[in-house]
Amino acid sequence: MRVVTLTINGQEVSGHDDRTILQEVRAHGGYIPTLCHLEGLTNIGACRLCVVEVQGARKLQPACVTMVSEGMVVSTESERLSKYRRRIVEMLFAEGNHICSVCVSNGHCSLQAMAVRLGIDHISLPYRYPKRGVDASHERYAFDANRCILCTRCVRACAEVEGARTLDIMGRGIDSILIHDLNQPWGESTTCTSCGKCVGVCPTGALFHKGSAPGEMVKHREFLTHLAEMRGAR
Amino acid sequence: MSDEKRPAVGHAGSGAKTGAIDSVEELQEVAERELAKQAEAKKRVFVCMGTACQSCKSDKLLAALSAEVKARGLDGDYQVTAGGCQGNCAEAPLVTVQPEGEMYHFVSPDDASAVVDSLAGGASLERLQCDSQSPFFTGQKRVVTELRGLLNPEKIEDYIAVGGYAALFETLGKLTPEEVIEQIMKSGLRGRGGAGYPVGLKWDMVAQAEGAQKYVICNADEGDPGAFMNRSVLEDYPYRVIEGMTIAAYAVGASQGYVYVRAEYPLAVKRVQNAIRMAQRNGLLGNDICDTSFSFNLEVRLGAGAFVCGEETALIASIEGKRGQPRPRPPFPAASGLWGCPTLINNVETYTNIVPIMRNGAAWFSAIGTEKSKGTKTFALSGRVKHTGLVEVPLGTPLREIIFNIGGGVPEGHEFKAVQTGGPAGGTIPAAHLDMNVDYESLVKVGSFMGSGGIIVMDDTSCMVDIAKFFMEFCMSESCGKCIPCRVGTAQMHQLLDQITKGEATLDTLATLEDLCDVVANTSLCGLGQGAPNPVLSTLRFFRDEYMAHIVDKTCPAGVCTIGNHETGR
Repeated sequence: MRVVTLTINGQEVSGHDDRTILQEVRAHGGYIPTLCHLEGLTNIGACRLCVVEVQGARKLQPACVTMVSEGMVVSTESERLSKYRRRIVEMLFAEGNHICSVCVSNGHCSLQAMAVRLGIDHISLPYRYPKRGVDASHERYAFDANRCILCTRCVRACAEVEGARTLDIMGRGIDSILIHDLNQPWGESTTCTSCGKCVGVCPTGALFHKGSAPGEMVKHREFLTHLAEMRGAR
Repeated sequence: MSDEKRPAVGHAGSGAKTGAIDSVEELQEVAERELAKQAEAKKRVFVCMGTACQSCKSDKLLAALSAEVKARGLDGDYQVTAGGCQGNCAEAPLVTVQPEGEMYHFVSPDDASAVVDSLAGGASLERLQCDSQSPFFTGQKRVVTELRGLLNPEKIEDYIAVGGYAALFETLGKLTPEEVIEQIMKSGLRGRGGAGYPVGLKWDMVAQAEGAQKYVICNADEGDPGAFMNRSVLEDYPYRVIEGMTIAAYAVGASQGYVYVRAEYPLAVKRVQNAIRMAQRNGLLGNDICDTSFSFNLEVRLGAGAFVCGEETALIASIEGKRGQPRPRPPFPAASGLWGCPTLINNVETYTNIVPIMRNGAAWFSAIGTEKSKGTKTFALSGRVKHTGLVEVPLGTPLREIIFNIGGGVPEGHEFKAVQTGGPAGGTIPAAHLDMNVDYESLVKVGSFMGSGGIIVMDDTSCMVDIAKFFMEFCMSESCGKCIPCRVGTAQMHQLLDQITKGEATLDTLATLEDLCDVVANTSLCGLGQGAPNPVLSTLRFFRDEYMAHIVDKTCPAGVCTIGNHETGR
């Protein structure tokens, strides 16, 4: 590890070269929007909300996987970036069936909060209204594919933290969908340990505790940081 | 087949346990033995056994010709053998007679006896004669396809007889890895997979990277619509690709390689697998190659048909047995690739260029082409052009030359409209730019892309909005779904393009479409998403009036799209 000096939004700061732009920006009190990132899980750079402008780079760089380096000049806010971020979140709203008023996570949803934060007051893209199902076969949890944004946080939590590898994505492109085992009903999964980590890390109301009424499903994600810290200490 | 009689070195089915070829002398011996055998015959008759010709029953033709020659007791005079692609695939099946170089096209198995008649000096076969001096052949410059398909792609002796493996012996015997990389750097060879990254630089990065285990990968996951160069090269010259990979492995210090080829290319897979087995049997792959301490093993990995697996990080994930999805770079595969080890990954055509460079020198290679784009490039000519097939020209050749002189122009009196290069990430080039030179930089300047080398010619019967929709549909269904802009953006753009072609769009639709192009191109994770808006952007740039006709006048000028209840156009 080496200490480096970089410029974030015009301000010179010092950072560690084994950390990402996202980590450094957050460490210095800044904000970069993210959806697929979660402390304690591998970063995959998939949601593209964290893209930032790095001087000298031809393309925008995802902050969650780009390491800082000496002399780096980063800008995390610009009109262009805000527009891209808004459009990406709009795409998510148009892709699935996100109807907040009847959602268990209403008021505690990362997607909803992101839309508010980015100032999205309407969706300018045509809604796709996909026909997706709900899997309520599990004793304690349920999965509503209509609210899934395919961030794969649950997939990574299941594989990396619980080690069960029950969850994965099936299909590709716009037809991608979250599945349990080999696309079996969740309740019939032979690998699921019913630990509930997937429910905890889900940013929306896609994975939830059965029996929650709209707005009741509050997610607790602190456990992941604790686990990561404990693992690190060990 | 006559092959079975040859007491060839390590030939499949011969059963003879033969030793490895360990020295240049032994290599020459094999070559001379094979050449002597070939000289016994008055004429050698090559029947193309490429995919295009086989689909026109060239395998039956080969059997019929062999049987006919045998029946007349002429099998000593005329060697009938499987050959490679001649390029003019539209005229399949093709037969070439050496040493005269006479060519016959559209030969059916029923023509076998007539062909043998004319071989024996009987009546000439004007009906089937193909002019081997036409511009299609004389206009090309062959480096990658220099062997012209005039060898049996399955026999290693045929390859050795035309000078194969001499470059490998020369390299392993006389050059250090650094000297090899220097040669490649000096040659100015750039990656033939599309982006055109300098090959020498990439090799150097892998060679410099720290790690005891390094890998070499050949990307043969060609998937662009209208592209079949890599398939043809793999089918015809598998030994040359392998030799190039072996030299690359020596240069970067790798001991294991993979050829990642899509399963939709069964013939190419079969040929490469056969070539690997033959090379192993002759000691040209495996341990202690050419009696040196250098070892290199090669395996084939089959792609399951996902276009995105042509992206290097997705390809690597696929070889590792994971879901074929790209990951953000850096780290680049040169630093951390297959199983986290430094990995060299190049395209089929790039590896095919290595042998001629090592044999003829960097200066020879860099004399071909333009200042920044050296060498030749193979192109798959398809669409509305007379001579569809595989052509090879020096980089910097004018587009007009490729399409009108070599390709023979647009058939049936139609008018040339545009040409699409670079596949789904490429662009459409209108008639006004026909005199541009085809090289990496010039193509980017007009909003297109070299890509792997597909050239699709379109005439006045093509609707440019429909073309854009076609490519967007391709990107949409081939998107892996990992990042949001590509997964949702391509589907949204496809929906908007669909509205335009149905006459249901307004000017707002067009504005949203252009806005989405900007977002998807700039925020997507990999080249698939970043390039997906290109066909829309380039058709908008050159054919905006067609979009307007669909949106404002509700008509399709080319008469392709069905607008409203009635069909427009012809």
